[in-house]
Amino acid sequence: MDFATLIQILDSTVRLGVPLLLACLAGLYSERAGIFDIGLEGKMLMSAFFSGAVAAVTGSVWLGLMAGVGGAMALAAVHGLASITFRGNQLISGVAVNFLASGFTVLIAQSWFQQGGRTPQLMGGGRFEPIHLPGAEALRDVPILGPIYHELISGHTILVYVAFAMVPLTWWALYRTRFGLRLRAVGENPAAVDTAGISVVRLRYTAVAITGFLTGLAGAYLATGLSAGFVKEMTAGRGFIALAALIFAKWKPLPALGATMLFGFLEAIANRYQNLDLGIITLPVQFMQALPYILTVVILAGFIGKAIPPRAGGEPYVKER
Amino acid sequence: MTLMKQFLGAAATLALCSGAALADPALVYDLGGKFDKSFNEAAYNGAQRWVQETGGSYKELEMQSEAQREQALRRLAESGSNPIVMTGFAFGDVLNTVAPDYPDTKFAIIDMVVDQPNVKSVVFTEEQGSYLVGMMAAMASKSGTVGFIGGMDIPLIRKFACGYVQGVKAANPDAKVIQNMTGTTPAAWNDPVKGAELTKAQISQGADVVYAAAGGTGIGVLQAAADEGILSIGVDSNQNHLHPGKVLTSMVKRVDNSVYEAFMAGTEMTLGLEVMDLAKEGVGYALDDNNAALVTDDMKAALDEATARIVSGEIKVHDYMTDNTCPVE
Repeated sequence: MDFATLIQILDSTVRLGVPLLLACLAGLYSERAGIFDIGLEGKMLMSAFFSGAVAAVTGSVWLGLMAGVGGAMALAAVHGLASITFRGNQLISGVAVNFLASGFTVLIAQSWFQQGGRTPQLMGGGRFEPIHLPGAEALRDVPILGPIYHELISGHTILVYVAFAMVPLTWWALYRTRFGLRLRAVGENPAAVDTAGISVVRLRYTAVAITGFLTGLAGAYLATGLSAGFVKEMTAGRGFIALAALIFAKWKPLPALGATMLFGFLEAIANRYQNLDLGIITLPVQFMQALPYILTVVILAGFIGKAIPPRAGGEPYVKER
Repeated sequence: MTLMKQFLGAAATLALCSGAALADPALVYDLGGKFDKSFNEAAYNGAQRWVQETGGSYKELEMQSEAQREQALRRLAESGSNPIVMTGFAFGDVLNTVAPDYPDTKFAIIDMVVDQPNVKSVVFTEEQGSYLVGMMAAMASKSGTVGFIGGMDIPLIRKFACGYVQGVKAANPDAKVIQNMTGTTPAAWNDPVKGAELTKAQISQGADVVYAAAGGTGIGVLQAAADEGILSIGVDSNQNHLHPGKVLTSMVKRVDNSVYEAFMAGTEMTLGLEVMDLAKEGVGYALDDNNAALVTDDMKAALDEATARIVSGEIKVHDYMTDNTCPVE
């Protein structure tokens, strides 16, 4: 593997890892507040549809993004209503969100565009264009650093930079602000938070809304950044890989970056090499595709440290009986 | 009273007769969905052509999951639809169990051979069509490297790949073919993001013509190829119009003709195996205004010659599914 190939694979890693990163951070907020969310997939799908549809109709990717985020947040509100206000089972609510999104998107797309559950192909202003950072062209021929800056760092869409900026921002919000302290506390011991006179319900709704916002960005990136329009079921399991990454990262923002980029890297390698020849053995591509799940199982089995979820996760908070 | 009986009898006979005469044909689409701009859409177009010409109506069902197949076929058969046409190899096993239960209903399956007395099996020689577009790809390529992106990793898609590689090597023995499969689950038919990423990976390895045989995933392949300024080849339906001037050609599989003919024949449909090959124009490559500038006279001449030699049997394109191996890589 030469240097140019490595850069190309890393570039691909960024593109593949960013939707996972956004979804993973989304899940992090929700689960840290004690609301398990397996509906990441559905929210991403909903956002992918609305961003694709609105961008196609208006020709503006920004309106599309807003619509996508709105769609995802609406589903997040449904999840919040079911699991916070009505104290329903969070896993079942999450599954319902996934099914709802899967059916709803295709149905509405068919009714609006008559193209069989897809949106029209996006042109020009309907898509996020790559941003070329200043000096990228000039530095292109500098050895080592030139290609890194030109290929790897420059030339992505705005959402990629937003996603990476979200990592330190999330870290800061979780560990350095009052909101973050309360958010983490509400996921560990909501009764204590309640005793301190802070509304558990409001905190959890805030967390779920942030989750909706971030999955909205992830879905919009899929439909208007990476491809040109919505296709049914286009999330293709990325929401679940993001959940696996969240467990792998032990519900922490910086490891979440590492985990999602690792998963993106594995996929990029699998895309590039059908069979990975390691000299001694040849790894089939199917093994590479399964590796994220295998790693998650290994983590859950306790071989690499222990992954302990937030203690109050999955349980609705009942103030008094 | 007897008069009444006669009337009733007549009415009943009339009702039965009209019921039989009104037997509408039915069409069942596979998981890719009706408007996949590809395989299932071709079937839909065939059915629509029949509607326009005859003014008839037909029933249609779109599969949402593997579990629905048997139920769908039984429901259509019990509601009196005849013939019932289904698209996709995946119906094979189910049809094998369902067909004997409805001996008076005629079934047609596309892309699979089901050996039952009331089933018509239509298979296409995709390897021959792929061979032709492979030749064209090799002739259009400047870098000498071309790509293939398949959907789900199944023998049928390997058959496309194998025919394609043979065609590429026939036109340019030194050409390199990069092959990728999108995945091993049905989700691989609907992942344009991954399709685009695979295309970019192939471009970075030097490919400048990419052939997508991947259903909805192919939309992403064609998009990425157009974005990056290389040529792509569509599949099943004519996809040249998706990116005019950037899609070299499409390997068309005339599923529409098969559905149209089955519907036209109605209950008189002939049964048994029908192989739609190059000679019967079951497969081929698409030429229209959108790609006229891309296809040179040399290509046309070479492809016409190859077509003639395949039809005459002089060139034998290896079919991957006969022995699950491909003689060339």
